[in-house]
Amino acid sequence: MSERLVVRKTYKLFVGGAFPRSESGRSYVVTSAKGDFLANAARASRKDARDAVAAARKAFPGWSGATAYNRGQILYRVAEMLEGRRAQFVAEVVQADGVAAKKAGELVDAAIDRLVWYAGWSDKIGAVLGSANPVAGPYFNLSSPEPTGVVAVLAPPMGPLLGLVSVIAPVIVTGNTCVVVASERAPLPSITLAEVLATSDLPGGVVNILTGHQAEIAPWLAGHMDVNAIDLTGATPELAVTCEESAAENLKRVLRPPAGPVDWLVDPGTERMAAFLETKTVWHPIGT
Amino acid sequence: MFEYAPAPESRDIVDIRPSYGLFINGEWVEPQGEERHKTINPATEEVLAEIGWASETDVDRAVQAARKAFTTWSALPGAERAKYIFRIARIIQERSRELAVLESLDNGKPIRESRDVDLPLVAAHFFYYAGWADKLAYAGLGVDPRPLGVAGQVIPWNFPLLMLAWKIAPALACGNTVVLKPAETTPLTALAFAEICRQADLPPGVVNIVTGAGATGAALVAHPGVDKVAFTGSTEVGRQIARTLAGTRKKLTLELGGKAANIVFEDAALDQAVEGIVNGIFFNQGHVCCAGSRLLVQESIAGDLLEALKRRLATLRLGDPLDKNTDIGAINSAAQLAKIRELSAAGESEGAERWSPPCPLPDRGFWFPPTVFTGVAQSHRIAREEIFGPVLSVLTFRTPAEAVEKANNTPYGLSAGVWTEKGSLMLWTASRLRAGVVWSNTFNRFDPASPFGGYKESGYGREGGRHGLEAYLDWNHR
Repeated sequence: MSERLVVRKTYKLFVGGAFPRSESGRSYVVTSAKGDFLANAARASRKDARDAVAAARKAFPGWSGATAYNRGQILYRVAEMLEGRRAQFVAEVVQADGVAAKKAGELVDAAIDRLVWYAGWSDKIGAVLGSANPVAGPYFNLSSPEPTGVVAVLAPPMGPLLGLVSVIAPVIVTGNTCVVVASERAPLPSITLAEVLATSDLPGGVVNILTGHQAEIAPWLAGHMDVNAIDLTGATPELAVTCEESAAENLKRVLRPPAGPVDWLVDPGTERMAAFLETKTVWHPIGT
Repeated sequence: MFEYAPAPESRDIVDIRPSYGLFINGEWVEPQGEERHKTINPATEEVLAEIGWASETDVDRAVQAARKAFTTWSALPGAERAKYIFRIARIIQERSRELAVLESLDNGKPIRESRDVDLPLVAAHFFYYAGWADKLAYAGLGVDPRPLGVAGQVIPWNFPLLMLAWKIAPALACGNTVVLKPAETTPLTALAFAEICRQADLPPGVVNIVTGAGATGAALVAHPGVDKVAFTGSTEVGRQIARTLAGTRKKLTLELGGKAANIVFEDAALDQAVEGIVNGIFFNQGHVCCAGSRLLVQESIAGDLLEALKRRLATLRLGDPLDKNTDIGAINSAAQLAKIRELSAAGESEGAERWSPPCPLPDRGFWFPPTVFTGVAQSHRIAREEIFGPVLSVLTFRTPAEAVEKANNTPYGLSAGVWTEKGSLMLWTASRLRAGVVWSNTFNRFDPASPFGGYKESGYGREGGRHGLEAYLDWNHR
């Protein structure tokens, strides 16, 4: 009896809650850490990037207007879905990074735990970063954090799952929506993660994932006038400079690439959430 | 309208030197550059003093002085740094009348504002941040937040000494040293502040003041010895600075332009709203980045409101900034006056209706009457561009949703106003406005404890409050 032929998956983009191919019709070869062929991933174009921004903008009012409790519930749901697919992600991380299964298991566990950690922040970050300000006069004065808007995220090349989750979760838990350019080298776990997101009650468009060449896609996002902020974590030094220069055009908030290699297993702190929050201060007189 | 006898504040209290050099490393030094420029009183065009403009070499000297001073200043216990800053606050209080007169002379703003708004806020800002200097570990920015190094700071001409306070007070409290460039048309109070640093025995090099124009500022922000850049001014220059800093590790905060909507709902207390509208756009001649320059009034009350507003504007007194009864002072410079005239002319040619109360203007100096445009469309330049003058554009709306949509229809997002007696409507509106400061049933209130700064193209980072510390600390390290 012949061995059954495996049904392979077509890896597409994730835009507005759907899984389209690149409008350009292009793809690129993704190999394992050992150099074996894994898949032809979609190679997103400028137009795909624009479509993704439009989807993220459309999703912003609903997602930022959802209650913090609701956003926390949904992020926790993402963690639940990820846990259910643990074995699949372990296999993908082994292929992508060439690590042993045990190590891959630790990384997937850490990604699940990170989602749970950020889920809990949704209704606490406002209390930590906001303040009631004692002004010298008869005024009520309150500062609260609000999401910046649409954030472009260049995912790190290393850490195809843990690194990816660690840059997406802090952006969306506070109410931002995002367009993520996946690790160019290891994009496949990002699309599998998209399948998790698509089945976690996360509204379509909150997270949009593009695969392809970061150097080709990122400059369009950095120069896009309807993108409010950009996370350059995954950018090469040259790409980071180009993108930061373009980002100045509409004064995007810029999170620069880290100075050195990042250990994604370390406690991330509030820095990544704070980078994509604005502070709104409301005054009102007090009187009879 | 009542007749008022002239009530000028005496200018004898200020002692302006004929010429000023740069303040570097605790000493007055002559700039190595050849350029010297005159700073004038915009109300009379009288020359007040001659100012040396710092060249790239001068800026380098100042940054070196600040670098050298950083080692000892940052190592000082927070409680000791605090005492220096408290000292500065006290000296400002002691000399506040003199500084207010000097500010009004150099800037053109009414003495009533420099005396009752600017100077009290300047002193309060130093008091506020002095108290933080030994409490930084409690600011929620990690257990060991550290200073960044040398801060290069560039400030505008509309609130010269107040903007200096917003920049220098938090920088020093956090353990940084400073090179500050005041605006070219209003350097005098910053130079007086240099003297205050000497009176306070502030160690040399902790505060350096370099005067000059755009080229001096550009040299400062681009200097490799600067670790932190803070800028308040136009969005265009803010963009250039953001570009210059791309690829560096310099931390940047920007407080830029605005085109604030002041929304008046039909249930608002009309007289209070009128006062708020006047304060929103005619305070400081409208030279305010957060000015309520777009009045959005609900259609049902537009007629009554405009009538009351025009009645009120007819009582405003324009003239000598040093007169204690003056409401509207001089436009800060000929260049700014030209810009206000150009945009107002565009308002007329694009079809809006222009109105000003009867308002004689002095013969000398730079003046512009309080002006209201009605029938303004969102596409008009006067509804989109920052005029930075006493010019109000009036638009109408029917529903709260329309008000919010129009208010947010701008690349800016610095401030906004909401007038309604209904609490739930106020909070609903405030939560939907994409702006960093929302004044409800008030306008143009400032306090050192209250964070200030914009959304979108109005810049990033906050000044004031606990939030203002973030900009001057390295708190991302683990």
